[in-house]
Amino acid sequence: MSSTQQFCTFFLDGHVFGVQVEQVREVILYQEMTRVPMVPPVVRGLINLRGQIITAVDLRRRLGMSDLPKGELPMNVVVRTDDGAISLLVDEIGDVIEVQDDTFEPPPETLRGPTREVVRGVHKLPDKLLLVLDIDRAVDLGDLTVNLGEKRA
Amino acid sequence: MDDLINDFLVESIENLDRLDSELVKLESDPHSQELLSSIFRTIHTIKGSCGFLGFSKLEKVAHAGESLLSLLRDGKVSLVPELTSGLLSMVDAIRTMLEAIRETEQDGKESYPELIETLKRLQQPALGTGEAIASPVLPPETATNKIPDLGITPELHANHQESPLPESISATPSDSVIPAMEGGEANSALGTRGEIETAKAAEAEEGSARSRPEDHGQQNQPANEGKRASDIAAITAATAMEDNSSTAIVHDGPRSSNTPAETIRVDVHLLDRLMNLVGELVLTRNQITQVCARQIDPNLTTPAQQLNLLTSELQEEVMKTRMQPISVVFDKFPRVVRDVAMSCGKQVMIEMEGKDTELDKSLLEAIKDPLTHIVRNSVDHGIEMPDQRAARGKRPEGRIKLRACHEGGQVLIEISDDGAGIDSARVKNKALERGLITPQQASHMGERELLNLIFLPGFSTADKVTNLSGRGVGMDVVKTNIDRVNGSVDIQSSAGIGTTIKIKIPLTLAIVPALVVICAGERFAIPQVSLSELVRIEAEGGNSKIEFVHGVPVYRLRGRLLPLVYLKQALRLERDPEKAEPLSTATTIVVLQADDRQFGLVVDEIIDTEEIVVKPLGKKLKGVNIFAGATIMGDGRVALIIDVLGLAQRANIVSESRTRSVTAHEQSSATDEHKGNRQVLLLIQVGLHGRMAIPLSLVARLEVFSISSVERAGFQDVMQYRGEIMPLIRVAEILQIGGGEISEDGPKTIEVVVYSQNGRSVGLVVDRILDIVDENVVIQNPSRREGIKGSMVIQSCVTDLLDIPAVVRAAQGNLIEEHVPEGELVSA
Repeated sequence: MSSTQQFCTFFLDGHVFGVQVEQVREVILYQEMTRVPMVPPVVRGLINLRGQIITAVDLRRRLGMSDLPKGELPMNVVVRTDDGAISLLVDEIGDVIEVQDDTFEPPPETLRGPTREVVRGVHKLPDKLLLVLDIDRAVDLGDLTVNLGEKRA
Repeated sequence: MDDLINDFLVESIENLDRLDSELVKLESDPHSQELLSSIFRTIHTIKGSCGFLGFSKLEKVAHAGESLLSLLRDGKVSLVPELTSGLLSMVDAIRTMLEAIRETEQDGKESYPELIETLKRLQQPALGTGEAIASPVLPPETATNKIPDLGITPELHANHQESPLPESISATPSDSVIPAMEGGEANSALGTRGEIETAKAAEAEEGSARSRPEDHGQQNQPANEGKRASDIAAITAATAMEDNSSTAIVHDGPRSSNTPAETIRVDVHLLDRLMNLVGELVLTRNQITQVCARQIDPNLTTPAQQLNLLTSELQEEVMKTRMQPISVVFDKFPRVVRDVAMSCGKQVMIEMEGKDTELDKSLLEAIKDPLTHIVRNSVDHGIEMPDQRAARGKRPEGRIKLRACHEGGQVLIEISDDGAGIDSARVKNKALERGLITPQQASHMGERELLNLIFLPGFSTADKVTNLSGRGVGMDVVKTNIDRVNGSVDIQSSAGIGTTIKIKIPLTLAIVPALVVICAGERFAIPQVSLSELVRIEAEGGNSKIEFVHGVPVYRLRGRLLPLVYLKQALRLERDPEKAEPLSTATTIVVLQADDRQFGLVVDEIIDTEEIVVKPLGKKLKGVNIFAGATIMGDGRVALIIDVLGLAQRANIVSESRTRSVTAHEQSSATDEHKGNRQVLLLIQVGLHGRMAIPLSLVARLEVFSISSVERAGFQDVMQYRGEIMPLIRVAEILQIGGGEISEDGPKTIEVVVYSQNGRSVGLVVDRILDIVDENVVIQNPSRREGIKGSMVIQSCVTDLLDIPAVVRAAQGNLIEEHVPEGELVSA
């Protein structure tokens, strides 16, 4: 008998992604963000979550997708990581669903690019595929050098 | 853990800290019944509690100490250095056991039989004294020699001890002929002799005597009376301060003085939480204030004003709960000084002033280690040996003075000694030798600037530097620690006379006043500590007042050139078209102080000063060193706090390796190299003949390592460096030039240029570090070779400009290829 897991799902450019419910702290509407200069564009800014300052990571940019059309505002999925809370910016939030462990499969070999880096695997649901996000990798900003600024200029 | 045990631990550890300083104080004032009883009480309490809690080993040690102390209190033994040392090691043993209890709830495996033995042996002289009272006659030569009055009794005891104390005896000219006697008899004998002033006799009457070897030196001097008076003054001053602090501070135990127990113990975490909540309240208050400013509704304005006042008051009071007197740190130093001085055979006394100066607990933690380091250094290297001091006409006993006071919203701490001082010429030579400054720079440097070179990172690490008058070892760490809390360090020294180190730190880190500015539509907060002044240049001819030195904007501020940094450029803020640009034709300059450099930061607009609550940036953003954190503004939005020092480093005002470049360099120097601009370059030799240059701004440190410290991890040479594993890249190998191999039969050391990237260090192994030059970079021969930007002529030699990032990339590329099977290589 296989065990089940609960996933909090959200949408990015039509794809369904999920993170384990235990990792999600809360989901909030779009918040005004403060830009942070000199960091990779993946970091969209800082938000004030009841007095706590939280870094917002744009998942679209992280996955190499184009930005949301102007006027559409992303939502914040605030997740817990080893380095404190971080907000993931997503297009829209979906349901919390329960999936069986045995529907899981590692990502296909042909999956390349940034998506491959941050997707842990796929749950085959009856009507769709749920991409399981590896939060730690998704928020790994890697090289935050001072030099990075130079290259972008 | 059991609450009882926990309480016992908290209380005992606190008491032990006090014991350290009390014991050292007792050495200089052995008469003090008050000190003795306090020490006795502490040990007695510990003994009692651990008997009750069943820590038998701890109890035994404490018991041995208590027995000795009770003899001491009753005047049956007197305080000799050995005894003090014995008691201090007992304190250490107890501390170790308490640590063990904290971790395991057991008092450890060690039962300290030797220590107990020593403590028991030290009780012996008591018997000797009793037997020896018989011979009351004082030999004449002793009296005429004016044996230090207070020295008499201990020497007498020393005669009867199984192990005579050499230092006590040598201090007495004719020890063997002095018979033992109790204080009272000594008095009468001396009185009849009439050779010794009555005042001194009266002192002898007070009972036990002082015995520290250091004290003999002091008391042999004719000006004995005066000195003692000043000593006493110092001590009473210190006591008075302690009384002050104990009433104000929650952490002081209720028994520390005679004041009634008006304090309670509060968990530090609770205070932290309280502080956080007040921080939130301050922010909310700021929000409300903003709303009120827009509305004129008396129903709202009055309570809002009230809220404003109350919040400020509450904030102040809560901050006070976190404040502790600096004596928490200072009180450890008498012991440190005593230990270090004893181990190197020096005589040092420590004076402390302003022990009641209060500052935030977290700051106290932060300055504890740097201060200890400086004090140790002062004793170890600053103060000379007694004979050297005598030869220089100083008193044999060195003096270290610690002073703390409030000064303009900051705490000023001064550590001064009357030791040998630092020879700035030697500092200069050493810095030149290490390539930390160029000869041109050196010639421009004043005495003070030269001395401050000892805080340079490269100055201290390699062994061959450590013997430079001793100072400077780890001084960069001191500086780093102080920098971290937004403090500053300055050193002044005159050879032969002494050294003074001044440290300035803010009172608290949690809530700081800051100037809020706008740049490219974003708000930034600049801590007011770094702020010197604001300058506004009006539109008419405004821009003409900003001049350029070789492309670097400067402004003449009262006749001096102030290098300018445009925040917009420094942060690469593209103008956000949606946000309206303020229609200001004037230039606003915020004059800032970073280290000892001044520079002007050009911003769009200045809003106001505001109390801001400093909040950390997420760990993910830690690597960005131009921001010290973030805060929440009145409207609930986040604003970044600018780290002035980081910004200055970024803008080359203070270069990262802290070499004092003569001019500020153009921000974008790296990108437009064809135009040519002045840069400080590090010249290195790669391979046998390769002469290359690296912009010094890219260099974190220069190091010399012994080959034996190179280890291997996977396919790569690495070494342990500052607590991390640093990969080593052999530049010659990457560029495919011969030489540069690390081999057994080659030289025993390697020279390494440390380059930091994302907080990770990479060591570039070069064959030799040649020189540092300030050159106009004109690349004449752009190169297609990987890792080399091009060639240029420096010092009339053709030199290749090394592209460090490319070299590092190339090296890492090699590594990945070695590790990953080809099929796995991810295509982008």
